[in-house]
Amino acid sequence: MEHIHPVPGRSEAAAIAVQGVSHTYGRHPALKDVSFSVPPGSIAMLLGLNGAGKTTLFSLISRLFGIQKGSISIFSHDIAREPREALRRIGIVFQSRTLDLDLSVKQNLAYHAALHGLSGARTRQRIEAVLHTVEMETRLKDKVRSLSGGQMRRIEIARALLHEPRLLLLDEPTVGLDIQSRASIVAFIRRLVADKGISVLWATHLIDEVDVRDHGIMLREGEVTAAGPLEAVLTHTGSHTVEDAFNKLCRKTVQGSGHER
Amino acid sequence: MSVEPSQVRTPEPLSRPYGVASYLICMKGILIREALRFLHQRERFISSLVRPLVWLFIFAAGFRQVLGVSIVPPYRTYVLYEVYITPGLAGMILLFSGMQSSLSMVYDREMGNMRTLLISPFPRWYLLVSKLLAGVAVSLAQVYVFLGIAWFWGVKPPPFGYIAVLPALLLAGLMLGSLGMLLSSMIKQLENFAGVMNFVIFPMYFASSALYPLWRIQEASPLLYRICQANPFTYAVELIRFAFYGQLHLTSLLVVTGCTIVFLTAAVIAYDPSRGLMSRKPAAGGAS
Repeated sequence: MEHIHPVPGRSEAAAIAVQGVSHTYGRHPALKDVSFSVPPGSIAMLLGLNGAGKTTLFSLISRLFGIQKGSISIFSHDIAREPREALRRIGIVFQSRTLDLDLSVKQNLAYHAALHGLSGARTRQRIEAVLHTVEMETRLKDKVRSLSGGQMRRIEIARALLHEPRLLLLDEPTVGLDIQSRASIVAFIRRLVADKGISVLWATHLIDEVDVRDHGIMLREGEVTAAGPLEAVLTHTGSHTVEDAFNKLCRKTVQGSGHER
Repeated sequence: MSVEPSQVRTPEPLSRPYGVASYLICMKGILIREALRFLHQRERFISSLVRPLVWLFIFAAGFRQVLGVSIVPPYRTYVLYEVYITPGLAGMILLFSGMQSSLSMVYDREMGNMRTLLISPFPRWYLLVSKLLAGVAVSLAQVYVFLGIAWFWGVKPPPFGYIAVLPALLLAGLMLGSLGMLLSSMIKQLENFAGVMNFVIFPMYFASSALYPLWRIQEASPLLYRICQANPFTYAVELIRFAFYGQLHLTSLLVVTGCTIVFLTAAVIAYDPSRGLMSRKPAAGGAS
């Protein structure tokens, strides 16, 4: 594993600090001694192929799974020791859709607000604000079922922002969307970071979503192969493009031959 | 475009720390969602009523002459078979509802909705208890609609019984809901739920005092009698039966309370991220 910059998990101000995390399903190792940190106010792209361990890592960060080995802190709050303080600082968009299709947009958002203990007045205020942010104010009373895939994703992002988190976890949020919807979501997230100053950990295997000025965490078969500013990762690996670095650091290697596949 | 850390603006303030009011808001939110989901699934409501009504209208009428019920507490006189099985049918609604909740938890887990609940900052046990209470509240409404229809069919316990039975129904619902929740933590896939029907619901229902008094079962088979005595559902039914007549069946109360505590504790442990079963299997969609 190469940590180009910064030193993983040392900074107290880190939006997220992952240190020495390993996870197994039975005897199958899903994550092996994973360490990295994400500076506040930055976008960190978690890059890896399907099966690299991205979703497992997200499940550990969001405390869906308990940590078997290592530690994870959100703005210095350890997820295992202070789950409440850590979780209230996180907003999550999962890979699979988690909206209730039979309920309206408002009912879905109100449910999430209740799960974060927001009062009625605060909930109404926040729903209005987040729907304005994702430009979906007019769909407040519509059933989620009637929305397009891209619109549902926007609502999921709005839901993740409802309780004013400081860290947004995005687990392949554009999977299954058409090119236009994908571009719109990517632009929207980047604008959100610029406007609100929140931090983003974004899992993806779609290189065109990555900006060379982002931070990058390269994951291969459960191991971090590089972590740091992508420009530094490119320089360090002698790559000209992010795709080039991705191919070098994330593609599976054929055992014994040293070749990638 | 990305933002350098030095350009970061001060983030908006976080939601306020959690007090008692926030806990109540959370529980209310879970309850409202459960009720809305139920209202949107009309067929679920209808089927939950049709099942016990079929038993009441058809099975009880047919077996009235075959299955004689002698005078057993809490009844002070001979009662119609319909009257005898009504507490068992109320228990049946709670049993199926509890298992339906567990089915929906497995479905929610597969579809991802369950994650929305579990990533809430409130303690995991509190979220599960709130979900359990919400499920029981919905099933209580079903029981009372059933009892209303049964009243027109001639099943008329004392008026006070409708109030006295509420705590018994609540406790029985909590026990069966906890059991469903525990089972949902053990079921990996929705397809496996058919096993619950065969190995939990039917044996629990038939090997109990819901359809026939225990003395009848004892006459037929001492072994089956002992199985019925070991079945928590028997005690749930008896608790409900006695409560209908304003009486407390202490043994049933103790057994149902004890089982509720055991099932709920086991379910909370099973769903606890640090101790439970959740992290031993890949997330829905695979461990990517």
